[in-house]
Amino acid sequence: MHELSITQSVVDAVLERLPDTKIAGVRLEIGKLSGIMPDSVRFCFDLVIAGTLLEGARLDIDEPSGRAHCVDCDTEFAVDDLILLCPCGSANVEVLAGRQLRIRSVEVV
Amino acid sequence: MCATCGCGETHEHRTVVLEQDVLAKNDHLAHHNRHWLADRRILAVNLMSSPGAGKTTLLERTIRELAGELPVSVIEGDQETQFDADRIRATGCPAVQINTGAGCHLDADMVARGLRELDPPLDSIVVIENVGNLVCPALFDLGEAAKLVITSVTEGADKPLKYPHMFRAADLVLLNKTDLLPYVEFDVDRFVADARKLNPDIAVLPLSATRGEGVADWLDWLRKRLAVHT
Repeated sequence: MHELSITQSVVDAVLERLPDTKIAGVRLEIGKLSGIMPDSVRFCFDLVIAGTLLEGARLDIDEPSGRAHCVDCDTEFAVDDLILLCPCGSANVEVLAGRQLRIRSVEVV
Repeated sequence: MCATCGCGETHEHRTVVLEQDVLAKNDHLAHHNRHWLADRRILAVNLMSSPGAGKTTLLERTIRELAGELPVSVIEGDQETQFDADRIRATGCPAVQINTGAGCHLDADMVARGLRELDPPLDSIVVIENVGNLVCPALFDLGEAAKLVITSVTEGADKPLKYPHMFRAADLVLLNKTDLLPYVEFDVDRFVADARKLNPDIAVLPLSATRGEGVADWLDWLRKRLAVHT
């Protein structure tokens, strides 16, 4: 359950960037290769925001797909599975996208 | 009524773009730890495994084998108790216990505080024994020079594919309890092949922390890393 501390980090970061501001919504980007479960973050969010200026805020999560580059056959391919195998069978791949864990934006009142 | 938040008032919401990495704060603190360690020519390794794979037993053995040659000190991470720090201190090695409470992993801030308390000597090795867990610790940079994963043969050879993040993040895999191989079904070749599906260049060192088989290779790995690192 690293999602609890991740969610706490999200809320801390928002409160640090926008102190004394009532927040109505938070938009996150959690890539499919990030190792973070969006549903767990949603579950933790309401617990973590209680009693803060984010209380009652809506949470939107974008879940971009993964993309990787195969070093052996020099092609790019889509991958949403954590076992990063190129269609050619090689495991020698570099992840290009899908590991993001970012706060995109917030809605302020 | 406001359509966005349903608060009963008529008002405009404003979008503020943040584009901030959630782990940025942890990564920043880890960066400081890395500098702090480099300034003191200290090799720090982050030891991770499921509970019971033999992290503390391997550490006890490592400390005994390196006694008089290389100073080792330890940061112990567990949810509760001082058990592991007590075991390490019984070998004569300095140890700091961090209890994470509800937390399932160590983070860079906990390690920063642990390092200040431990105050390890120059030109030494610090082993950070993470909370027994094959999931969460993989995500958090502590400022270590290398991430090590221990798997024991009693856990089964399917661990790399079940916990891919951990094995992708690792710099070295230690396969422990090899003295039990005659008594359990564990396909070493499959284990190594699966680990390399996730991490093509990963080295796997088989060893038995209790019987000593393979421990010399592990100690050589540590000596070489310390030489390269400092």
